[in-house]
Amino acid sequence: MSTNLADPTRLATPPTFQAVSLSRRIKNGFATALVWGAFLVAIIPLVWVLYTVVQRGFPVILDGDWWQKSLSGLLARQQGGGAYHAIYGTLVQGLVCGIISVPIGIMIAIYLVEYGGRSKLAKATTFMVDILTGVPSIVAALFIYTVWITYAGMGRSAFAVSIALVLLMVPVVVRTTEEMLKIVPDELREASYALGIPKWKTIVKIVIPTALSGILTGIMLALARVMGETAPVLVLAAYAPFINYNLFSGPMASLPLMMVNERNNPTQAGFERLWGAAITLVLIITLFNLLATVISRVLAPKTK
Amino acid sequence: MNDPVVAKRPAGSGDPGAARGVAAAPTASEAPIPPTPEAPETPKAPHVRPGDRIFRGLATGSGVFIVVLIGAIGLFLILQAIPSLGLDQINFLTSREWNTSDPANLRFGILDLLLVTVIVSIVALLIAMPIALGIALFLTQYAPRNLARPFAYVIDLLAAVPSIVFGLWGLFVLGPVLYPLSEWLIDTLGWIPIFAKGNVNVQLGGTIFTAGIVVAVMILPIITAVSREVFDRTPRMHVEGAIALGATKWEVVRTTVLPFGKAGYVSASMLGLGRALGETIAVMIILSTTSSAFGWSLFDGGATFASKIALAAPEFNDTRSAGAYIAAGLVLFVLTFVVNAIARSIVAGHKEYE
Repeated sequence: MSTNLADPTRLATPPTFQAVSLSRRIKNGFATALVWGAFLVAIIPLVWVLYTVVQRGFPVILDGDWWQKSLSGLLARQQGGGAYHAIYGTLVQGLVCGIISVPIGIMIAIYLVEYGGRSKLAKATTFMVDILTGVPSIVAALFIYTVWITYAGMGRSAFAVSIALVLLMVPVVVRTTEEMLKIVPDELREASYALGIPKWKTIVKIVIPTALSGILTGIMLALARVMGETAPVLVLAAYAPFINYNLFSGPMASLPLMMVNERNNPTQAGFERLWGAAITLVLIITLFNLLATVISRVLAPKTK
Repeated sequence: MNDPVVAKRPAGSGDPGAARGVAAAPTASEAPIPPTPEAPETPKAPHVRPGDRIFRGLATGSGVFIVVLIGAIGLFLILQAIPSLGLDQINFLTSREWNTSDPANLRFGILDLLLVTVIVSIVALLIAMPIALGIALFLTQYAPRNLARPFAYVIDLLAAVPSIVFGLWGLFVLGPVLYPLSEWLIDTLGWIPIFAKGNVNVQLGGTIFTAGIVVAVMILPIITAVSREVFDRTPRMHVEGAIALGATKWEVVRTTVLPFGKAGYVSASMLGLGRALGETIAVMIILSTTSSAFGWSLFDGGATFASKIALAAPEFNDTRSAGAYIAAGLVLFVLTFVVNAIARSIVAGHKEYE
């Protein structure tokens, strides 16, 4: 016994564990480097795109006229004017799209979480929402073109654009709302039922308020996404260099449409309008993304 | 207001309002109040309030609406495409010509569009798949814990940049930068058909090569996001088991995370492919149009389904000519539908991902 105690670090048996062999260490290091490299490679285009947009567009938007004037009456090579008409178009088309999409999207999510269960219709709905997520924006635009312009006989208008954007926004709203409703604890619902509250009222007054911050965040992100869509405005609305407040008739500009229009303008004025519109669009989208983050922070349910 | 109904509930315990039809179909999810336990009196079925019925109807209606909507998209596109297909003077599927300027003599075929669309998407996928895999592994396994979220946010920012901005960047900034590389590839590897000198001016950068790279950047976030979610669900026990056996970090990833997440990663890539096939504006801006046929080179120009439609869209004025583009749109719709459906069915086959 005493001999064992004399050398406490002595091993009873020959060592079982050996150091990690060199080849394994090399492989491990190589993989680590590759994985870090992949991330860094993906950062390059992001930084590069943002740098391009800021460097070329920032001087343009510093001019107060940019935010207050349209391009009405200006020639392609004449500098000056602004993007007010396009900013108005982008915001209004997005807003109208949101007003239509949000109730539909939320009701679909409620159906899926609260009523559908594992029924056939619920499965079909989930599948279709997935498919709708993947429908290319140009196909959505063509669909609205067929229904709204060919069959219903309406002209091209900003409203047609908004309906096409609805097709792109609804699946995003459904997905985020569904996720949020699912994490509302069942105990809350059961407590409400136990008090004799009808199911619909439980959903409206208990479930939705609990999930509200997540739902609003999702809506903001969805809005940010549809406002950058170009294909629907290209197919369904004509460009106007002046301000048009009428949603239902006449050409209306929007930032993407303005960019498509000015990209072939080789003059300095064209360059400024193109990149000015680009940075304005990116700023608007960033704003909505920030808003989403703020909402999720401020309205998040209090948890202890 | 339906408050009176609510208030009446406890008082009306003897309410005979329970209709027999309702009692016959008590669905578990519907019952707002647990079925009355064996009461001494006759058992009562749950009372369905009008508010509940309306709300349920609205919700179910919205569910039905979306199913009908997808059907309607297919239906209306078909209805609009059929007359033009009938007027088509050449074979729609196997011809490479596209001339719709004279509605009385429509000549359109999609073969070139299909080839260019597929090649652009494949180039994008070949570039994006390995990088997205690396990023997803980085974010779930390698990144420092407290930085993983901000890093993931940065990748998601890529998805927030509008497609048209990527397109402008690709044409005006990336294209010129890629020119020396393109030139070098053509000079040294030109004997391989895909690196042959193409049918557009390489100096302008409007090639399938440029478009493929830009689309790759655009589909990175979706592939990364879906893969990341699956990798995150790798059972903790598997990972710990591998660590206990003395595996290095890479061996842990190779023996637990990758086998578990493989199907999810494939599915994510299919979703990315769906996006790439339908990518419109970036491709429209970048690709130089050409009248010569696609020659299997990365340095060709041309048009994809989506870019062809977008280019012509402002001038849709004749139903018959528009119908030709709608027919092309229909093919694109079917293509993306199939790719997305396959992607979803791969994930649906794996219960452990839920």
